[in-house]
Amino acid sequence: MHSQVSERLLSEADDLELAADDAAGSRLSRDQRAELWLVALVVGVVLILVAIAVFVTASGWPSFAHNGLRWFGSGGNVDNQIQAMIKSGQYGQHPVYTFRAWPLIWSTILTTAGAVVISLFISVFISIFLVEFAPQPIARVLEPVVRVLASVPSVIYGLVGVVVLIPLIGNHLITASEKQAVTPVLQLNGASLLAAVVILSLMISPIMISIFSEGMRAVPRSWFEASLSLGVNRWRSFWNVAVRSARPALIAGTVLATARAVGESVMLAMVSGTVGFSPNPFDGLLFFFEPSRGLAPTILLNNDELSNNAVAPMLFAIATVLLFSSLMFSLSGWAARQPMKRYFNYGGASA
Amino acid sequence: MSITSATPTRRPTASAWRLRDRLGLALAWFLGLLFCAICAALIIYLTIQGINYLHPAMLFENPKIGYNQSESGGFLAPLVGSLICAAIAMLVAIPAGIGVAVWLSEYARPRALARLAESTVEMLAGTPTVVLALFGLVVFRSQVLAFLSQSAGGVVLGKSFFSAGLMLSLLGLPFVVTSTREGLTAIPNHVREASYALGKTKIATIRRVLLPAVRPSVIAGSSIGTGHVIGDTAIIVMLLGNTYTLQGAGGLPLLSTLRGTGLTLTSYVYDNAPTGALNHPQQAYAAAAIMILLVLVLNLVVDVFARKARAQRWN
Amino acid sequence: MELKPPPPARRLDHASRLTLVEPPPEATPIPLAAVPSAAGAPSVAGVPSVAGVPSVAGVPSITGVPSIAGVPDGAPARAATRLPAIDRMQIEDVSLYYGTAEIVKSVSLPIRQGEVLALIGPSGCGKTTLLRSINRLTELTKTARMTGTITLDGIDTQALEPTELRRRVSMVFQQPNPFPMSIFDNVAYALREQARRRPRRAVLRDQVEDALDRAALLDEVKDDLSRPALRLSGGQQQRLCIARALAAKPEVLLLDEPCSALDPVSSQMIEDLIDTLREDLAIVIVTHNLGQAYRVGDYVAFMYLGELVEYATAQRLFSAPAKARTREYVSGAFG
Repeated sequence: MHSQVSERLLSEADDLELAADDAAGSRLSRDQRAELWLVALVVGVVLILVAIAVFVTASGWPSFAHNGLRWFGSGGNVDNQIQAMIKSGQYGQHPVYTFRAWPLIWSTILTTAGAVVISLFISVFISIFLVEFAPQPIARVLEPVVRVLASVPSVIYGLVGVVVLIPLIGNHLITASEKQAVTPVLQLNGASLLAAVVILSLMISPIMISIFSEGMRAVPRSWFEASLSLGVNRWRSFWNVAVRSARPALIAGTVLATARAVGESVMLAMVSGTVGFSPNPFDGLLFFFEPSRGLAPTILLNNDELSNNAVAPMLFAIATVLLFSSLMFSLSGWAARQPMKRYFNYGGASA
Repeated sequence: MSITSATPTRRPTASAWRLRDRLGLALAWFLGLLFCAICAALIIYLTIQGINYLHPAMLFENPKIGYNQSESGGFLAPLVGSLICAAIAMLVAIPAGIGVAVWLSEYARPRALARLAESTVEMLAGTPTVVLALFGLVVFRSQVLAFLSQSAGGVVLGKSFFSAGLMLSLLGLPFVVTSTREGLTAIPNHVREASYALGKTKIATIRRVLLPAVRPSVIAGSSIGTGHVIGDTAIIVMLLGNTYTLQGAGGLPLLSTLRGTGLTLTSYVYDNAPTGALNHPQQAYAAAAIMILLVLVLNLVVDVFARKARAQRWN
Repeated sequence: MELKPPPPARRLDHASRLTLVEPPPEATPIPLAAVPSAAGAPSVAGVPSVAGVPSVAGVPSITGVPSIAGVPDGAPARAATRLPAIDRMQIEDVSLYYGTAEIVKSVSLPIRQGEVLALIGPSGCGKTTLLRSINRLTELTKTARMTGTITLDGIDTQALEPTELRRRVSMVFQQPNPFPMSIFDNVAYALREQARRRPRRAVLRDQVEDALDRAALLDEVKDDLSRPALRLSGGQQQRLCIARALAAKPEVLLLDEPCSALDPVSSQMIEDLIDTLREDLAIVIVTHNLGQAYRVGDYVAFMYLGELVEYATAQRLFSAPAKARTREYVSGAFG
């Protein structure tokens, strides 16, 4: 790897270093000092995450303390509650902390669940296609496509959604009579659950596809050949062998994508609507066209009010909920992969 | 043991491809091609819109406040803002990321700390960016860190390039760590042993043998991280003050810019989109086209260096 | 030639099993017309016993050559069997190409139920490729091409659906590769996949136990069939793979160096196993181990650089090979 000359040069530089160490009489060797610095760095990073959890929770505590568990429940129009908070904070009156976050939570649950389910389905099939059935030229195109889609910024997804998808839904899918019917309560302009779920699925699919396909590729080919040689067709063979054996990767990918979906703020702020409305599944088809606003977009949309003493705790409280959900996802993904270690010993994906 | 007869019995020869298998294969094909089509459509659409509204002059003008879209000037300031944020973020994230990766790969004792560190990096990667932004506000509004941003009347603003950049570094860190770590674990032990056999210390081995070898991985990971940093909006919107130009904060030229507020391409697009405050979609398209270009270039870089990393041979 | 006493009973005793069909003096490749088919006469009558076979003129007897894996010269006679061998498959003038490289050159061989065909030859001679072409696994490689015909019971294998062909022609691989499932699920895999409706576990259980029994594994695992298959030892895993292949009652069994990854005890078990399976199946085994080919094989085909050099009974090929190349290989001159 190194030429003879550079080898000698390197030795000399290092020998000089070691000699300098000895001369300085330092108690710790160069190695030990380096290790200490690195440990300090690692501990620092860990402490930063701890600090995030602590500071965000502490700042949000007043909101939880005031509302108790009803913070998570529903009761009244959440937008009105926010307005009340803003006003109370502005005029220095007794700050109002009443907050019932359920509509926001419900919106987050709907968009996340919808996007994850759809994305899981299409990502599994696309991964199978990519790994086994796509002819070489198509596979060579599909791989960079997945990478590009993964790196498109969410604000651009939002822009395209606002400019292309929302007018499509608002003008072509929602009928005028439907809009009239709900006018007193809502404005149906296309910013909706449907738009949010569609674009969010597109956003999180590349994450799932890259992890799934990596997992499927790691499965030993001999299993596939064994299944084929027992007379099972190529599709079933691949499904039985690769998809089943890649279950740890499937779980890891789903968890990562779910965390991404829960934390998405910008695109949803632009596309899913800005009213804190709880979409009602019993509204039939209208359910998909109803606007809503999730937890993360709420923070983003209200970020001007962060200096307002009544609003700030509420926003931090929402952030606490988001933070702990993403933590929970990581942990549950790890726990779900444990029982599967029983059957796999080919040294595949680590925990 | 059974002894079969001399002439074998023929079993029913049903085709092994059931309908649902054929449907599955068809679906796989359909979705795969659909995905390619969507990506192509997205890029083509943005390129067309960009060509429509992007004039080269825009790259060199600052945004102006104008009612007409054609008077809105260019996006030099956002472009510079994006680059500054990316620079600060990666200047912190790359060394820190390499350090963490090296420790995880070469030291990793005590084991509890190693597991904790791994989980931390994973959890950082999964933390929503709004949460990071809020944390940034808490931290940088404190009096201790007042030097990193402006203050007015004793109240620390907390919003500056420093704050945004430092929070963005947390965003980019996990990518650098994962990629570098992958590169380091791919180096077989005999390379390290050869270096120790020559009498080199562990840290010298790392500095002179291992790190140069994982350069492609580091570059790949940094490029992915940079892409995410440039594309982030939440942290920018909440930590950068959102002024039309880069408003410095008194004092030395470079430092004042970094302590001051500004904007980036992402917040520019966010504001100019139909849902944003300004509602100048044409500007938004132009800026979006530039961003896509940046993203595609970064992807290419990642591609090239990831391939180099994979192609390394150690015998 | 002095007849040594028969080897210990552990060795495969071909005495009651083999129909000896005297191959023509030039041992390669057998013109098909000369091979009597199963439809009709068992060709038992008029077969000379081995003791009377003179060594081929001009070929020195191999008494001076170190014995192969302990096989004594002049092994015991292989007498006529009660059941004739049944023609199952024919490999007719098959050549295999990967891209432009010709891996297998014009090979013709019969595969018969009731006898074991052993393919031997040095590495890279094409024997594994030939084996894999029998159940069309070579089609997985995109650049593979085949000329010639392989027939199964008279039908061209290319005319059959690959899945149908592979149900009838099973394969066991070099590295034991049980699926990451329980033992039961491994063996029941083919049965579940081939059934129209989900079979009841009780029905499956009988077939699974039968297959495990035929593979000589049942006694060792019957206490707990739901154990993960990957926890078994290497030899057990390979026998599990054989049970898995047998579960669907194939007609032909292909074995690709099944013992090369195993210890000698497990290898012996598998060789005994092959012996018991011989009557029900046509067996083709590729092996590097000349002793194994001798012990297990009834007919041996020696391939070199893609060509079929010699095809003869095991007895004949190892004691009095017709071709010089065969003689060199069999005596260990090259490997």
